[in-house]
Amino acid sequence: MKSGYHVNSNTPSDEYLIPLRLKWKPGPLEVLDIVYPKPHMETYSFTQKPLSVFTGGFELLTRFKVPQSTPAGIFTVSGTLRYQACNDKLCLPPKTLEVQLPIEIQ
Amino acid sequence: MPRRSSIQIALLFICCAFWINIACSSSQPVKAAVKPIKDRKPAPDFALKDSNGATVKLSDYKGKVVLLNFWATWCGPCKIEIPWFIDFEQKFKDRGFAVLGVSTDEDGWVAVKPYIAVRKMNYRVLLGDESVSQLYGGLDALPTTFMVDREGKIASVHVGLIGKNDYQDEIEHLLATTSRTRTAVIFPAAVSGTK
Repeated sequence: MKSGYHVNSNTPSDEYLIPLRLKWKPGPLEVLDIVYPKPHMETYSFTQKPLSVFTGGFELLTRFKVPQSTPAGIFTVSGTLRYQACNDKLCLPPKTLEVQLPIEIQ
Repeated sequence: MPRRSSIQIALLFICCAFWINIACSSSQPVKAAVKPIKDRKPAPDFALKDSNGATVKLSDYKGKVVLLNFWATWCGPCKIEIPWFIDFEQKFKDRGFAVLGVSTDEDGWVAVKPYIAVRKMNYRVLLGDESVSQLYGGLDALPTTFMVDREGKIASVHVGLIGKNDYQDEIEHLLATTSRTRTAVIFPAAVSGTK
């Protein structure tokens, strides 16, 4: 994240806020779980109560399982990352990024 | 000398006629960030639906000062401004002022109508679309607010949160000025009284 900006965490403090969300499309791997980092609780000039946010660099960890039926080979696991960023004075429109994860199953 | 029991006012003439040149375009000292009149461009017209399903055009508001605010329910800084705009609508509507809120929520009225109700928004809220966003420069960030003068021209643009007083200064400045000079004539008045 660019300095001064934040994205809402996957569990934002207000029902109107758009959460960070990683989704994987059905494919060669089975998703066991997605682990989000621990959010920061930050107060900004435009909010009286702290917001649950991610700032700076952070990682999303996904644990996959290889089903028995999946053959060996090279595949691409596809998904989307949806997020919405603000700084202290303004908000940028929500974005959905396509995520591509090349894998090799042996 | 007999005492007068009544005052008799004969005729009172005002011996001169007054020509009053009201230079409404003359500026008042103000901190507003409004552009000079000659530099203002026309605000693009649009037709959008309000929460009652009525079609609303910006051109319907010609002759009024309009605070045109692009916002969304998910925008925290936008939420700060809404009570200010409610206050402005109440305070200035009788002087030819209106707030128009254009929501850019992708979820549409499902998200916006409850929000309007909870926050008791007393001004017209419209549901925007991509074409109107593009007319107004693409709306890279919210809130984005345009102050539109009585002639339908953009007097100022603000991207991001600014202070309530900044908006109020601009509103009062635009309400007080027009682009034309107005003239009034007062003729001599005759006043008479009786016993």
